Amino acid sequence: MRLPRFSRKTLCIPYAVFLVFFVIIPMLVIVLFAFTDKEYHISFDNFIHFFSDPSKLSTIFYSIVIALITTVICLLIAYPIAYILARSTMKKKYIILMLFVLPMWINFVLRVNAIRELFNLLSALPGMEWIESANYFKTVFGMVYDFLPFMILPLYTTMLKIEKSLYEASADLGAGWSATFFRITLPLSVPGIMSGVTMVFLPSMTNYVVSDMLGNAKVTIIGKFISDYFGNDWHMGSMIALVLLIVVFLSTWLTGGFSSEENVRGTNL
Amino acid sequence: MAEHIIELEHVTKSFDDNLVIDDVSFYVNKGEFITFLGPSGCGKTTTLRMIAGFDLPTSGKILLNGKDISLLPPNKRPVNTVFQRYALFPHFNVYENVAYGLRCKRVKNTYQNDKGETYTKVERLSKKDIAEKVSRALALVDLEGFEKRSISTLSGGQQQRVAIARAIVNEPEILLLDEPLGALDLKMRKEMQLELKAMHKRLGITFIYVTHDQEEALTMSDTIVVMADGVVQQIGTPTKIYNEPANTFVADFIGESNILTGTVVGDKRVKFCGKEFACLDEFELNEPVDVVVRPEDILMCAPEEGTLVGDVISVIFKGIHYEITVQVGKYELVIASTQRREVGERIGMNVLPDGIHLMKPKYTTNVFDGVITKHNTVKFADGEFECDVTQLYPGSHLDDEEYLITAEGEKIDLTDVEVRVEVGLDDIEISDDAEAGGTVGRIISIIYKGDHYRLIVRTEEEEEDFVFSTADLWNENDLVSVIIPKDKIKLTRKVTEEKR
Repeated sequence: MRLPRFSRKTLCIPYAVFLVFFVIIPMLVIVLFAFTDKEYHISFDNFIHFFSDPSKLSTIFYSIVIALITTVICLLIAYPIAYILARSTMKKKYIILMLFVLPMWINFVLRVNAIRELFNLLSALPGMEWIESANYFKTVFGMVYDFLPFMILPLYTTMLKIEKSLYEASADLGAGWSATFFRITLPLSVPGIMSGVTMVFLPSMTNYVVSDMLGNAKVTIIGKFISDYFGNDWHMGSMIALVLLIVVFLSTWLTGGFSSEENVRGTNL
Repeated sequence: MAEHIIELEHVTKSFDDNLVIDDVSFYVNKGEFITFLGPSGCGKTTTLRMIAGFDLPTSGKILLNGKDISLLPPNKRPVNTVFQRYALFPHFNVYENVAYGLRCKRVKNTYQNDKGETYTKVERLSKKDIAEKVSRALALVDLEGFEKRSISTLSGGQQQRVAIARAIVNEPEILLLDEPLGALDLKMRKEMQLELKAMHKRLGITFIYVTHDQEEALTMSDTIVVMADGVVQQIGTPTKIYNEPANTFVADFIGESNILTGTVVGDKRVKFCGKEFACLDEFELNEPVDVVVRPEDILMCAPEEGTLVGDVISVIFKGIHYEITVQVGKYELVIASTQRREVGERIGMNVLPDGIHLMKPKYTTNVFDGVITKHNTVKFADGEFECDVTQLYPGSHLDDEEYLITAEGEKIDLTDVEVRVEVGLDDIEISDDAEAGGTVGRIISIIYKGDHYRLIVRTEEEEEDFVFSTADLWNENDLVSVIIPKDKIKLTRKVTEEKR
C-alpha cells in the first residue's frame, strides 16, 4: 500500500480552514454588523453615531490616555531592570528574571482581586482614605502590575543580544557611561522597546477586567464599552470593535511591528 | 635606551578562583611592535585586556609612561583596541563608527577675548575637524568613499579596516590588536599582516598584538612575548626566540623541532640518541637535559660519514623543502632539507654545535601534597591511590588491624597524616577507563621527544599536573584516568609542627 504523500501545501489545509472559520469569517461578520441596522439593511448610522457622540469619543480618548500612561510607567520600570539583568554577570540572574515573570502564571482575575483587597486594606488606614475614590490611579496601578512582564521580557532579550564587546569598544573609544548608554545601548534596544510597547499598550486599552475591578466601575475603557453594547446592540458594538481594530492596526504599523526583520516578539514568551 | 611605554609589575589576575595570569612582569618599548604569542587560554588576551582597562589586575601594577594606570577605566586611557570580532556599532554607518571616538573627545582650546586676555575652553571637536580626521583615517586603510556604507554590507576584510580606522583615528599612544586577523582567510591575512606592519612604520606608535599564530608573530613583530599557562615563557626578538628557545615549550610552539632527552657527558659535550655531540651550552656534568634540534639543523650525508645513521620512513614535499622523517634506533627525527631522499634509504646525519640547544628539563619528577587515609591509602590530586605506608618509618610493618608498627614497636595511627608524594616521570600510566586509576584528568600538553611523548595530565578540581612519558599517542583534551603502581609512589613525612 502506498502511503499518502503530504506536501507542505496539504499540511497547511487545517490551518487555512482554521483561519477561514475563526478569523476571516468572524471579521466579515463584524464588518457586516457594523454597517447594517437592526433590520440588516446597509446603513452608516452606527458610523455617524459613533463619531458624533462625545461620550463615545471621550471613552476612546480616555482609553488611549490610560494605555499610554500604563505603557510609559511600565517602560520606565522595566528598562532599568532589563538593563541591569542583561548586563549582570551574576550566574543566578534568571531566578530574578523569573520572579518578575512568575505572577503571569497565576490566574489573572485572582491577581487583580488581590490588588483590590490590598487597596481596600490600605484605604482603611488613617490618611489613606483617598485611595477609596482614586479610581484611575488604581486602574493604572493594576495594569502596570499585570503587564510589566510583557515589557521586561522583550527588553531583556533584546539587550541580551547586544554584544558585550560593543560596550567595551565604546568605553575604549573614550565614551563614559552616559554617552555609551545614549549612543549605543538605547538605539540598539529600540526593537525591544517597540515590541514591549505594543505588548503593553494594546491590552491596556482593551482589557477591562482591571478597570472594572479596580475602578469601581467608574473607569470605562473601550473594551468595556464594546462588551456593554454587545448586550443589546450588536451593530453598534461591532462598529466600536471595528474602530478599535483600525486604531490597533495603525499603532502597530506606526511602531514598525509589521517589519519582518528583527522580530523580537517571537522570543519573549 | 628606549623609553618604556608600558610596564607590567608582578601582575596577577584570577577570575573567581582561577589563576589566569601568574606574576607577570615585562615592559614594552615606545614605538615597537610587540606580540603576545601563546596557545589559547595562555592569558595573552587577558594581559591585553588589562592594558586596555577592561579587566583589572588582581594584584600588581600596570604603568603607562611611568604612571600607575592599573585602576583607570578604559575611557581614560590613551590606548585604543581593535577587537577580535571588530565590535563595530551595527546601527552606525562607516563614517559614524570611525567618528565615534572623536565625538567623545573634549579638547582644550585657547582663545583671546577683546581685551587681549587669553582663556581656555573645553570643547568638542568641530564638525570640520572630525570630518577631516575621519577621511584621513579611512584613506589610511584604503576605504575612501565608504563613509555612507552600512556596516552589514561590508566584507570581513573591510570591517577589519573600519575597526582599525576607528581605533587609529583617535591617535592613541598604543594600539592594541586582539587577534584581529583571526576571522580572515589565509590570503587576506597575509596581505593585512604586511599592511599592518607598514601602518606601524607610518604611524610610529606602539602596537601590541595578540595572536596564537606563530608565523604571524614571527613575520610582524619587533619583540615576541611567548606565554603559556599565565606565565611568560620567553621575551625576545623573533630571531632569538626561534634560534634560542628558552625551554621546550617555546621550541615546540615556535616552528618545528626535535625535542630529545640527553645527558651532559663533558665540557660542552652532550649525549643523545646514543651518540655524543659537541654543543655550545654549558651544563653540569651528568645533568639530564632537554635537547632541541631544529629540523633544518640536521645535515644529511652518506651513512658512513654521519654521527647518526638511520632509515628514512617518510618524505613529505612542503613546497620549498622536504620534510623527511628518519628512524634512528628507537628515535624518530624530523629533517627539513631541499634535497630529496627516498623512503627506505639509509642516511647519515650530523648536527653542528650551534644547531644543538640544551635546556634544563622543566620536570624531573612529580611532587604532590598528600594525606594518608584510614585505609592506609594516600589522597592527592583529586584522587586516592594505594601505597606502601611502611616507607614512612624505616623498618616498620603493618599489624593485623592495619596499624603501623615502627621498628621500635610503637603503634602509630597514620590517618590524616600529611605527606609529600613523589612519582617519577616513567612511573605513570594512563587509561581511557575512568575507573582504572586513582584519579582522572585531561591531557593538556603533548610534546614528542624523539622516542616517546611527554604528556601532562591535569586534574579537574585541584588542577594538579601529572607529568610523565609514554610511548603511546594520545589526543590533547582526552579525559583519562591516572594509574600509578603501588610501589612507585614515594612517600616522605612532611616536617610539620607536632599537633598537640
